[in-house]
Amino acid sequence: MDVLRCRGLRKVFGDQVVLDGLDLTVAEHQVVALIGSSGSGKSTLLRCVNLLEDLHDGTIELDGEDITAPGVDPDKVRRRIGMVFQSYNLFPHLSVLDNITLAPRRVHRRARAEAEARARELLERVGLGAKADAYPDRLSGGQQQRVAIVRALANSPRLLLLDEVTSALDPELVGEVLTMIRDLKTEGMTMILATHEMGFARDVADQVCFLDAGRVIESGPPSQVLADPVHPRTRQFLARIIEARRL
Amino acid sequence: MSTTSYVPSPAQRAREEYRRRQTVLSVLIAAASTAAVGTLLAFAVTGAPGWDRVRASFFDPQIARDALPAVLTGLWLNLRLLVCCAIGALLLGLVIAILRTLRGPVFFPIRALATSYTYAFRGLPLIIVLYLLTLGVPGLRLQGMPPVLVLGGLALVLTYSGYLAEVFRAGIESVHPSQLAAARSLGLTYRQTMRHVVLPQAVRRVAPPLLNDVVALQKDVGLVSLAGPIDAVRAAQIATAQSFNYTPYIVAGVLFVLLAIPLIAVTDRVTLRAARRQSGG
Ligand SMILES: Nc1ncnc2c1ncn2[C@@H]1O[C@H](COP(=O)(O)OP(=O)(O)OP(=O)(O)O)[C@@H](O)[C@H]1O
Ligand SMILES: [Mg+2]
Repeated sequence: MDVLRCRGLRKVFGDQVVLDGLDLTVAEHQVVALIGSSGSGKSTLLRCVNLLEDLHDGTIELDGEDITAPGVDPDKVRRRIGMVFQSYNLFPHLSVLDNITLAPRRVHRRARAEAEARARELLERVGLGAKADAYPDRLSGGQQQRVAIVRALANSPRLLLLDEVTSALDPELVGEVLTMIRDLKTEGMTMILATHEMGFARDVADQVCFLDAGRVIESGPPSQVLADPVHPRTRQFLARIIEARRL
Repeated sequence: MSTTSYVPSPAQRAREEYRRRQTVLSVLIAAASTAAVGTLLAFAVTGAPGWDRVRASFFDPQIARDALPAVLTGLWLNLRLLVCCAIGALLLGLVIAILRTLRGPVFFPIRALATSYTYAFRGLPLIIVLYLLTLGVPGLRLQGMPPVLVLGGLALVLTYSGYLAEVFRAGIESVHPSQLAAARSLGLTYRQTMRHVVLPQAVRRVAPPLLNDVVALQKDVGLVSLAGPIDAVRAAQIATAQSFNYTPYIVAGVLFVLLAIPLIAVTDRVTLRAARRQSGG
């Protein structure tokens, strides 16, 4: 069963075409890695899927329902999709616990005690139980990013969007976040992750999609796309990355 | 985190001892220089050729005692007006700031209205608003006209909310768009995002300038006396006219400063805390 089906997505900023008839399908429990050079539209695609950007053409289906149809309430759609950002974007005026319970309480109208119990349980599971009452500025980058993932998970999303969630982190902190994402995959979470870490894409993704000029020009299992790409643009991109010693 | 018995090294102990000595020394120096400057000033003022005349007409203890009750009554009016107008202006300012941030063509008229409001009332001198409301509006002879005091308070609220709205708006716009994206991505509506994410951060950030405007308002509330009600300064003026002595003004001035001290102290504390939070992370 497909969780997400994007057809012919088009997104334009001024006279720059960022998404140009992009197709993408994500099956349940599948992890899809988006790769591509900077500015190829990975973030834009994720923001479009979460309806944070207006589309200029195409349709997006979530669990078979067209969420780009007129009359669909975007707020209701976003409750079913979690998103984690490169710069964490935790709310600095709220404690870790309040960051996590904000949406369950205000959006899903859960009782405070219930929401907090679940938040503590989730934090405990990622080893951050002791930080529940701390404020974000007292946490390391890796801890903040793990809280941001927990915050997205507290909504029990159908689909999790991860936008370069490790690129703002020191190398030694990357591991703890990657471990958490690996665990999520084991639990069967459906995810799309934009990343520059080819090693991670190879490790965790079921499918790698290479974005170029607003389209997915090559996709397949990591063993094929990353090791033996067909398209010359993909080869060029991977060669550059190997040159920069990132693979 | 370790709780093993920690003993400071001799170097650390020497540093702490040195710091302690430095602190004591700087307190002593500050006290000595304050005393010296104070004595010099006192000599300069009391030694001036006209000091006796000035003391008689500005610092007469008997006249101060006589004027005190009337000035205090006036001050009570200032205080009540200040509290009501500050609350009113803060609320109205916040509402106008929020209206100015509404997006979408539907809200164009509201946005335009809110914008013109801030332009008009920041441009108009307070005195003119005050006269328009306290002298002009009663002239309409409408039924159920509120007393002049309320109209004067309204003039203050209208003028100050124009300023406060801009302070609030600056705060709202200082919240990074990524915070909005994060909130919306969690499924919060625009209103919930404003209420739980944007406004709390915005208000914290602009608390110092807001309080500063309230300190300014504290001095301006006295202007309602232009329309009749007797505030502390007006009471002092009356007492001065009766006694041919300026002491009542000094009494009113001292009381105003005393009234302002707590507010200014709170402002300083909030400013300090905000600065520390900014540098801390
Ligand atoms: N709000 C915006 N206004 C104008 N142009 C934008 C906006 N957002 C993105 N773009 C442009 O769209 C293009 C794609 O941006 P996007 O952030 O999606 O790239 P990306 O693949 O995520 O890159 P990176 O790997 O550096 O994160 C870029 O050229 C960018 O300049
Ligand atoms: Mg990006």
